[in-house]
Amino acid sequence: MEWFRKARAGLARQEKREIPDGLWTKCGGCGEIIYARELERRSWVCPSCEFHFRIGHQDYIRLILDDGALEEYDRGLVSQDPLQFKDKKKYPERITAAQQKTGLADAVVCGIGKIEQRPVSFSVMEFAFVGGSMGSVVGEKIARSIERAMTRRIPLVIVCCSGGARMQEGILSLMQMAKTSYLLAELAEMHIPYITVLTNPTTAGVMASYASLGDVIVAEPGAQLGFAGPRVIRETIRQELPPGFQSSEFFLEHGFLDRIVKRTELKSTIANLFQFLCGPTSGVNDPEGLRVKHQELETDTAE
Amino acid sequence: MGPGAYLEFEKPVLELEARIKDMQAFANDENVELTKEIVLLERKLEKLKRETFSSLTRWQRVQLARHPMRPYSRDYIERMTTGFISLHGDRAFGDDRALIGGPAILGDWPVMILGQQKGRTTKEKLANSFGMCHPEGYRKAMRLMRLAARFGRPIVILIDTPGAFPGIGAEERGQAEAIARNLRDMALLPVPVVIAIIGEGASGGALGIGVGDRIVMMENAWYSVISPEGCAAILWREAGAQNAPRAAESLKLAADDLIDLGIVDQIIPEPLGGAHRDAAEAASVLKAVLLDALVELSSLTVEELIARRRTKFRQMGVYAEDDTF
Repeated sequence: MEWFRKARAGLARQEKREIPDGLWTKCGGCGEIIYARELERRSWVCPSCEFHFRIGHQDYIRLILDDGALEEYDRGLVSQDPLQFKDKKKYPERITAAQQKTGLADAVVCGIGKIEQRPVSFSVMEFAFVGGSMGSVVGEKIARSIERAMTRRIPLVIVCCSGGARMQEGILSLMQMAKTSYLLAELAEMHIPYITVLTNPTTAGVMASYASLGDVIVAEPGAQLGFAGPRVIRETIRQELPPGFQSSEFFLEHGFLDRIVKRTELKSTIANLFQFLCGPTSGVNDPEGLRVKHQELETDTAE
Repeated sequence: MGPGAYLEFEKPVLELEARIKDMQAFANDENVELTKEIVLLERKLEKLKRETFSSLTRWQRVQLARHPMRPYSRDYIERMTTGFISLHGDRAFGDDRALIGGPAILGDWPVMILGQQKGRTTKEKLANSFGMCHPEGYRKAMRLMRLAARFGRPIVILIDTPGAFPGIGAEERGQAEAIARNLRDMALLPVPVVIAIIGEGASGGALGIGVGDRIVMMENAWYSVISPEGCAAILWREAGAQNAPRAAESLKLAADDLIDLGIVDQIIPEPLGGAHRDAAEAASVLKAVLLDALVELSSLTVEELIARRRTKFRQMGVYAEDDTF
């Protein structure tokens, strides 16, 4: 699919996405040739088959946050090479290459933004950075995002896009799953709402940690979602996988997704959910207050 | 020990042991005086064992962790505890035999003890999916942990898995969700949780029952984000299999590596040559370590316990700040 792997020139930062140089591009879903401007206007969703092209973190910021504005935190957290990982290419070289390609220090961007005036702790992963893989930096930044939601008592949104834990940081990458999930346990205890948006792909270590722990989990159509990679499954069971296996639609059918949401409706869906989860004002509800009211009601009835 | 139930680098040791045994039998049967020769050979054996086993490579440790004769969870539970009552089922879909668990008495402690069980015979291996849990295994584990928590009993978990099961059913029933939920729900368990990696600790399959207050690891166990074979397949593609030893080195998956990286609290020494060479001894050392941990952790209040568990996991990771970004 080399024809839509090239970067578009003239974008702020050198983010790469599946966007061609030329005026026309072929849809990865139906094969239709589409005018690039038209695609851009439609948030990179095919007008005939609704195939969702992969887009970058900045596109999600523009699509979901008011005025496309994110007050970014922890931008300068960078990976080290704690394992001195031996590979064809040295790990620090891989990181430097990814940094040059994306302009990011690592595979997630985190901060505070607003969704229909409501402040939220917002994180979005960037697949162009080593496949959105989670090492210590991604884990730490997600952890801090969860902590920001807790200290400010604002809801949390994470847009996921990741092939899983980053192999080159070994066990430390694995432990980021535990670290982030730990903080999400505290967030849940504090009754602060958390919405996860799963995009193509969200798999393995990320799917088996914070991506699966949203109070509400939504996914873009046709995303690849799952735990084990299809190749590993095929080799284990020695049979072909059914069509649509590990897609958003598969996840929805099996009960692990609340809803499939088109890219263009992400913002309004999240905003509406927060109306329910948080009430009309900024911040989050005081669940203790609600509970007291509930008890009073019960007492009233008893009397 | 059946044919093939030894590793290549164990062979010289095993051959010498067999020779000594033969000589002893011969000396007895024929009433020949061979004491001197036998003593000499025994000395040679000790030296050979030390040479073979004192500086194992990471890959050799991986092989020991997978040794067909290595004690499995059930072997340890039988040797360390009394009154084990195996409980079954996740109350949702089924019973995963790759995960065994139930109440038992460890020393003086009533504990909930859980473990991944690979299976010894071919039949058992198949029934247990070679110790690879399905979602119902992780959910069964969580159900038993909640049961323990509700009645204030500590939890002991033995990890030994080549990974979470990769299959269609496992994906349909939410393998990722099951693991994620355990990571979250184990975080705030109000009772001491002691984790021991006794053999293989492969990735999310291991971590899915691996959140606790004390993490100990057998000397020849391994614990990693990916198996050496999986890593090699990604790095070297088709030539993956023969590169697994290299991948094992790169991944830093041995017990002393995990101490250095701040993940594991304590290494449990194994009998010379590995736990399978003296399962009773291995179990008794493991038991002592588990009991020490229980004594120490039970002196903490629930708040202290959870606060310490939080600190433990919160600080995992290595990163730096670079303000040019």
